[in-house]
Amino acid sequence: MLTDLPAWAVAAVIALGGLSVAAGIAVFVVDSMARATFALLTSFLAVAGILVALQLPYLAFVTALMMTIEMALMAVFMIMFMMNPAGLMPMTMVHNARGSAVLGAGAFVLLTVGIWTMDWPTRNGAVPADSTRQLGEAIMGSHMLVMLVIGVALFATIIAGTVLATARGRYDRFGAELDAARPDDPVPGGLPR
Amino acid sequence: MTAELVLQIVLTVAAALVGVGVFGALSQQSIVMIMMGFELALNGVLLGGAAAWYFLAPQAPDAQMVVVVALVVMAVEMAMGFAATIAIYRARQVDMVDMATELQG
Repeated sequence: MLTDLPAWAVAAVIALGGLSVAAGIAVFVVDSMARATFALLTSFLAVAGILVALQLPYLAFVTALMMTIEMALMAVFMIMFMMNPAGLMPMTMVHNARGSAVLGAGAFVLLTVGIWTMDWPTRNGAVPADSTRQLGEAIMGSHMLVMLVIGVALFATIIAGTVLATARGRYDRFGAELDAARPDDPVPGGLPR
Repeated sequence: MTAELVLQIVLTVAAALVGVGVFGALSQQSIVMIMMGFELALNGVLLGGAAAWYFLAPQAPDAQMVVVVALVVMAVEMAMGFAATIAIYRARQVDMVDMATELQG
C-alpha cells in the first residue's frame, strides 16, 4: 500500500530524521556543555517537525515548547554545575566508553533488525481530520485514567523536587520536634515560625 | 514509496535515537549529561509512538497517549534529576557519578 503522505512530507521526515540523529550524536561529541544542550534541542525540534509531517501538530507544538524551555533550564544547570560550560578546552568525561558503545549499538541493531524483518500490519482506518480533537476526547473520556495518574505523578514530582532541593527546611531551623524558640539560622534575624 | 517503508525508516530513526541515548546514559560521568542521554532515548520513544499512530492505528488515540506519557516522563525525569543533582552537590560537592560511591559494597 502506498503511503498517503505527500512527497514533501516523506522528504521532510527523512531529512529531519537524519538531522535528529546527527544532533543526538553531536550531544556526546561536542566539547562544550552549552553546545551539547543546543544539539539536544535541535534533535527535539527535528522530531517535532516529523510530528508535524505526521499530522500531529498539537503534540509537535507541545514537544517544541516544552523542550525549548527545558533546554534553556538545562543550560542554566550546566553553567551552575559543570567545570567546562563554554567549551574553552577539549573535554571528555566518560567511563567505560567501549562497553557503553557496544550496548548502545547493540540496542540499535536489535531494534533495527526487528523493524526491518517484521511483517508490519496494514493501517487500520484513515487518519482523522483533527488529531488534536481525537487526543482531547481520549484524555477527557476513554483515557482519563492515564491523565489522572499523570497528574498525581507530576504533583508528587513537585513535592519531591522541592524536598530534595531545599537546603534548610523547617526541621533544620526549629529542630526535629519543631519546638525551638529561635530558628537556628546561619545569620540570625530570620523570620520566626 | 510504500507506507511500510516510511514506517520502517521512521522507526529506524527512533531506534538510532534510543541507541545513542543508551550510549550517552551509560558512558557519561556528569549527572547532567546522563540525563541528556535519557532524554534522547525518550525522544526515540516519542517518535516511535507518533509513527505507530500514523502508520498503524490512526483511528485509536492510544499511540498519541504514549507520546503524551513519554513527554511527561521526560519532564519528571528532568525535575527529579536536577533535584537529586542539587541535593547530592549540597551534601557531598559531587557532580559526577564516579564520585558518588558511598553505597558501593
